[in-house]
Amino acid sequence: MNHTLDLVTRVRGVRGAMIVSADDGLVVAEQLMEGIQGSAVAALEAGLAGRLRRAMEAAGIGASVFWHLQADQGTLLVVPAASGMLVVAVAEPDVNIGLVRLELLRAGEAIA
Amino acid sequence: MTARAVESWTLQPLTDFVREASVRLVLLMTPAGQVLAQSGFSRAVDVMSAAALGAAIVASTGELAKQLRQPPFAALNHQGHRHGIFLSTFPMSHGTIVVLAVYDLDVSSLGLVQLFYEQLAADLKAASPKGSVPKQVLAADFERELSESLNTLFGR
Repeated sequence: MNHTLDLVTRVRGVRGAMIVSADDGLVVAEQLMEGIQGSAVAALEAGLAGRLRRAMEAAGIGASVFWHLQADQGTLLVVPAASGMLVVAVAEPDVNIGLVRLELLRAGEAIA
Repeated sequence: MTARAVESWTLQPLTDFVREASVRLVLLMTPAGQVLAQSGFSRAVDVMSAAALGAAIVASTGELAKQLRQPPFAALNHQGHRHGIFLSTFPMSHGTIVVLAVYDLDVSSLGLVQLFYEQLAADLKAASPKGSVPKQVLAADFERELSESLNTLFGR
């Protein structure tokens, strides 16, 4: 799991990465910089995942493959993996989104 | 969803917990099963049953921990197909509080409940009246106390 997270955290501008159980919102593995509350991010991320899934189903557009949440002081990037896990990256606002997305997708495949 | 409290200082922390963690039912009680506040219950008999069962689980897991020479378990979570049950205790200045929460897996999760449970415990500690003496319930008064509590909890 830690090797999988290394793929994500080695990208410049990534402050941390986590693997979260989407069903119960608990952290499975994490590599986070100091000051990031991993358990809170995981719990709220899983809640968001459930609501997004239902929204996607209601809209009839299938399952989500990647989320990008942009905030003033950072970015949250998430890839839902086939195993029921979420691969989450917390990053700087000016991070290379494409590169992080690629590594998140790779990490998601690795834990599927 | 209506929250009611026998101890009025528990009401705001309880209401916040229900809203933030999206839990369906909550009981705040003592390890003896005396209910301090409830949210989501519509019948007194359900409160009585849940309080008795919750208190029994706390007592039996506490005893199990003693047998294993361990400190009491921090929390117990049971996850079913659609609902989860979370049971935990924390110490206050005038005794232990037991929190029993039932949540729908569609709208909440163990992670969310755990996260806001910690906030609930902190809020209750901050809101509790300082220097108050715990009220002892004698066996002779038990039925009257129970009846009064249920009347308060269900607004009778």
